[in-house]
Amino acid sequence: MSRISVLFRTTAVRLSALYLVLFSLCAAFLVFYVTGMSERLLQQQTRDSIAAEVTQIADVYDRAGINGLLRSLERRARQPGANLYVIAGPNGEILAGNVAALQPGLLDNEGWKSEPFRYRRFTDESRAERHVALAQVLVLDNGLRILVGRDLQEPEKFRVLVRQALMVALGIMGLGALVIWFGIGRNALRRIDRMSEASTKIMAGDLSQRLPTSGSGDEFDRLSESLNAMLERIEKLNEGLKQVSDNIAHDLKTPLTRLRNKAEAALADTEGGNQSGALEQIIAESDQLIRTFNALLMISRVEAGSAVAEMSEVDLAQIVADCVELYEPLAEDKEMRIEAEAAPGVAISGNRELVSQALGNLIDNAIKYAEGAENPLIRVEMKRSDRHVVLTVADHGPGIPENLRGEVVKRFVRLDESRSKPGTGLGLSLVDAVMEMHRGSLELSATEEDGRGLAVRMVFPAVAT
Amino acid sequence: MVTRMKILIVEDDLEAAAYLAKAFREAGIVSDHASDGESGLFMASENAYDVLVVDRMLPRRDGLSLITELRRKDIHTPVLILSALGQVDDRVTGLRAGGDDYLPKPYAFSELLARVEVLGRRKGAPEQDMFYRVGDLELDRLSHSVRRQGREIPLQPREFRLLEYLMKNAGQVVTRTMLLENVWDYHFDPQTNVIDVHVSRLRSKIEKDFDPPLLRTIRGAGYMIKDDRTTDA
Repeated sequence: MSRISVLFRTTAVRLSALYLVLFSLCAAFLVFYVTGMSERLLQQQTRDSIAAEVTQIADVYDRAGINGLLRSLERRARQPGANLYVIAGPNGEILAGNVAALQPGLLDNEGWKSEPFRYRRFTDESRAERHVALAQVLVLDNGLRILVGRDLQEPEKFRVLVRQALMVALGIMGLGALVIWFGIGRNALRRIDRMSEASTKIMAGDLSQRLPTSGSGDEFDRLSESLNAMLERIEKLNEGLKQVSDNIAHDLKTPLTRLRNKAEAALADTEGGNQSGALEQIIAESDQLIRTFNALLMISRVEAGSAVAEMSEVDLAQIVADCVELYEPLAEDKEMRIEAEAAPGVAISGNRELVSQALGNLIDNAIKYAEGAENPLIRVEMKRSDRHVVLTVADHGPGIPENLRGEVVKRFVRLDESRSKPGTGLGLSLVDAVMEMHRGSLELSATEEDGRGLAVRMVFPAVAT
Repeated sequence: MVTRMKILIVEDDLEAAAYLAKAFREAGIVSDHASDGESGLFMASENAYDVLVVDRMLPRRDGLSLITELRRKDIHTPVLILSALGQVDDRVTGLRAGGDDYLPKPYAFSELLARVEVLGRRKGAPEQDMFYRVGDLELDRLSHSVRRQGREIPLQPREFRLLEYLMKNAGQVVTRTMLLENVWDYHFDPQTNVIDVHVSRLRSKIEKDFDPPLLRTIRGAGYMIKDDRTTDA
């Protein structure tokens, strides 16, 4: 029972019920209108033919007198499908005609009987049988009354038939609707049930679950697909969060321990000879920690997409030029060279600050890790295709083995185990987050054929110009 | 002797406020303290301060609304906003509300001090000076030229802007972050000492063949350009 009531609450069933009611009303109106109209038309025709006949009869009486009239009426009455003819005395008693009995008082006045009336035929088997007709009465100068009428059986039958057909059609429609409701409603309910089943599992913590799709691309599928995309994102954010909290615990413990040790040492150094030196180291150590935290916060904010509001059309070539200019002296100090190739006038939709920071991170990494390489060239190149703008930073350093390229993007992952180079292990994570925010992607490959050198490609979607 | 700078600290964290007051006092700056937005607004309206240091999140009236109200009252004391929120758009909203500078927490006191001093000084100095001079070093903003002892020193455009900013704030410490923000218009942490490299290049250009050194490194803080022989501060 509750199952049925649930069925009736589904949108499909409610809508089809509404349509059914509306459609039935329209159909009923149409049929009643059409039958009503055709009835009126038929009546009009009947009236016309009766009037014509009455005129003829009056004419015959004028020319041939009562005998001619009687002969004419007799002939007319014998024709197949004849009209009704009655000759009655001045008091209304029927003298001759093809009608057995008439509604009393019908012949009192001359002219149209405004309403259809009842009469009885000679052929009727019982007295109860009654027919309906329309008639005009003519009063002759000798007081005799002539009634010419026509039976209305036929139009009446037609009307009844059409109305019956309508009722049957409506009945079939209602039945069909019920069946369809049941089918659609049950199908919809089943799919909703499956979706809520899946979402219950997801709520229980299994974020890898996805809502089922039927592959038909209907509205349920579209809903499922967008919810699945949302789940994908939630899962990714969640994973990132988990990974971060794991790594934070791990990676921040080391500098915190170092910090604590230094503070302890400074405290123990009662002579005070090296206290200020130790304190300076402590400050430097905390600055590095703050830096790491800031980078983490930055990444999570970028990932959460809250900086999207600050997106605008930015000139990528200008960003490249500014960034290269910022890092060039640093590279030259380390006897490296930055070569930039960026045709002006290429705009992307982005955040200048974040794109600059991402590019800066890449150039900084290249300087850091390719220092001392045989070929000290760092190439920054911007290329535009129909659909993408690709910004590449390529060095000729040791590069990253193919199987580790996916790893380095993760937070706190650094390939040099010794941690000899300064850094937070968050640079590429930020670049990745920035690219994600710009609906682009980050690709890592080797610069040279033999797998040496690292080429990092920032792929932005192109802005239609 | 220069007149001492007087500032108002609006901060609800009493420990932090006490620390700031002490640190400013040691740096020769007098400070008052308000612990909520309403009293901060009252004090800032009633007294003349050189700089207001306003925490963004305050009880009774938040920092941004304090600034907006102050500006509405036509009080244009420079404001530095301190905030635990370090997002790009937080800075933008802070500056849009009428703040003059923005410093995300946690910060180094040297950074705060340098920024407060620059803000406090800004009030007096006309922004549109076309000519700066420090000792025998001259910078002409109109002709984009730099001369020392009458000899022209050719500079790259960015080096020129760097020197321009340093000379505009001559006698004051400017931090690396301030340089990055004002000369490069970047508000992120460039990880490495890129600024130092730029400054040392500039230094070699303006000091290589000349005496005395003008541009010096202030340990743990930043840089300052100053001529020792003059006693302007």
